[in-house]
Amino acid sequence: MQMTYLEAIADAIRLEMRRDERVFLIGEDIGTYGGAFKLTKGFLDEFGSKRVIDAPISEAAIIGASIGAALNGMRPVAEMQFMDFVTNGFNQLVTVAGTTAYRWSIPVPMVVRGPSGGGVGANPFHSRNSEAWFAHATGLKVVCPAFADDAKGLMTASMRDDDPVVFFEHKGLYRKIKGEVPEGEYIVPLGKARVVRPGTHCSVICYGSAVHMALAAADVLAIEGIEVEIVDIRTLVPFDEETVLESVRKTHRAVIAHEAVLTAGFGGEIAARIADKAFAYLDAPVKRVAAFDAPTPFAPPLEQAVLPNSEIIANTIRQTCSF
Amino acid sequence: MARKKDQSIPGAVRTQMLRYMLMAREFDTAMLRLYRQGKAFGGVYSQLGNEAVSVGSAMALDRTRDVLFPMHRNIGGHFVFGQSLDQLMINHLAREGSQMRGTDGTGHYADPALRIYGNVSHLGAMIPVAAGFSMADAMRGITTVSMTYIGDGGAQVGEVHEALNFASVHKIPLILIIENNQFAYSTPNSMEFACEHLSDRALGYGMHGVTIDGTDVELVYRTCIDAAERARRGEGPSLIETVTMRMRGHAEHDDFSYVPKQMLETWSAKDPVERYIDRLDADGVIARADAEAMRAEILSQMIEAIDRALEKPWPAAEEGLRNVFMTPAGEQH
Repeated sequence: MQMTYLEAIADAIRLEMRRDERVFLIGEDIGTYGGAFKLTKGFLDEFGSKRVIDAPISEAAIIGASIGAALNGMRPVAEMQFMDFVTNGFNQLVTVAGTTAYRWSIPVPMVVRGPSGGGVGANPFHSRNSEAWFAHATGLKVVCPAFADDAKGLMTASMRDDDPVVFFEHKGLYRKIKGEVPEGEYIVPLGKARVVRPGTHCSVICYGSAVHMALAAADVLAIEGIEVEIVDIRTLVPFDEETVLESVRKTHRAVIAHEAVLTAGFGGEIAARIADKAFAYLDAPVKRVAAFDAPTPFAPPLEQAVLPNSEIIANTIRQTCSF
Repeated sequence: MARKKDQSIPGAVRTQMLRYMLMAREFDTAMLRLYRQGKAFGGVYSQLGNEAVSVGSAMALDRTRDVLFPMHRNIGGHFVFGQSLDQLMINHLAREGSQMRGTDGTGHYADPALRIYGNVSHLGAMIPVAAGFSMADAMRGITTVSMTYIGDGGAQVGEVHEALNFASVHKIPLILIIENNQFAYSTPNSMEFACEHLSDRALGYGMHGVTIDGTDVELVYRTCIDAAERARRGEGPSLIETVTMRMRGHAEHDDFSYVPKQMLETWSAKDPVERYIDRLDADGVIARADAEAMRAEILSQMIEAIDRALEKPWPAAEEGLRNVFMTPAGEQH
């Protein structure tokens, strides 16, 4: 059935809570209020206050208590009201959650989820794309869905995974992206990229909001006779290197796009893998499109100047194809 | 009055507490020796002066249903919760058979069967985790008292505040012992906090709080039993400040020359182990000579456990390349 990206995530969580009583929610204003973006609207009524826990403004306590509950056999889903605030619970995720499997061989099945990303006129503290931090942390799985069906399937997979998962929902896609979503149980395994659009002239490797920018660019370029292949990696950790390399070996060109800032972004990692393992197939240098290295600014013209967009992606593809 | 109360603790329990304190003390002695011999690497964190806190607090729990989240100077608690000397030594020395496969050392291991979950080096990080462990059982209708520890320095970490407030709001059966042993590495109490007692903070969290002598094992035991009973009655967490002295450096590389000599002498007279031997001797529970025989027996067990641990090889290097995740890509559940 047709669902928005936000409804798809809520659907996944609701179904999993009905199926598995070990799953519970914890976060700020998620109960009576239903969450800042209303993603958990109605959850308190259906599941009760023991499974939909309104916590004080304490991200470290929310994530830390989730880790403790996970060690004790539960499967918590912790909401960061905005993913920016995960910085206040960073130590818990990186120091404790991400090292437990390695040190103790004990699962910490938990999801830390929340809205990330810019383009909605928020400010530097409600717009960050911080997924690369967690990909660099070791021991954490990192998920960045771009479509409603993937959002549902990846959320279900994340809740069933035995490792801690950091799940980045792009707030700009919450109600803008709508699509056909399978009813009932639906799983998209972590670590499998999706070829969103097949093409032959250039691969665009991307995730999250950048997938939609790439799709818009591809539509324009198709008129010019450039057939773009779009690979949505969907999860940064685990990273589906094989699907990316396969695409680049076919098209011989690669542009990498993400909304997060350029320097030390995950695009650098993808570029390095391509250079290492598909160098001989390349007809042009690997290019990256990303945000300018700055916090995401408040005023719309400034924000537009900082964030990448479909025109920049289209121009970069044109350059790559005419190299 | 105090003496009368003491007598309500059965002699067998008192003897057992002394045994655990001696085990903690001699484990410490052994680790310091191994460090000097270059056989224990990394940090060796002496718990000298802390025996009464770790043993008295852990003894107050029911180890079949409660859970212990010890810190680095709580060796006594590991023994109380049933950890074997051999396993503890192998874990500390990171030899083959370590419960951490060599990925980490000291008391950082977890042993779910024994209900022990070790610490990480980031002070305070495990307090919200301990709270969450009990919260999970509360969802199942089970009351599990979770006991954990922090120092006079670690108590200044922000996560401690978040965890205590969270635990109090949600009436979680958590007991946090603040081991005030006067120094946080080289920093004295006066440079760590400005309140009179660290337990004063309990008032601000709406929880029970008390400051006690941390060299008196029976006082620690009674205070923790009271806190555990409060927790089981649904009255929420407790904050217990135990005042004692760290009798050595932060770790063994540290000569603790910043500690005034007079301070060490004063606290030496209150040595928790010697003090307890005297008390049990005076109460006719166990004669000093028998206590010394017990110490000698423990020491020889300790030496044997060290020998067995050192005979074991290092873990295979490949262990370092495994198990970062429980389920790597493609093994979706």
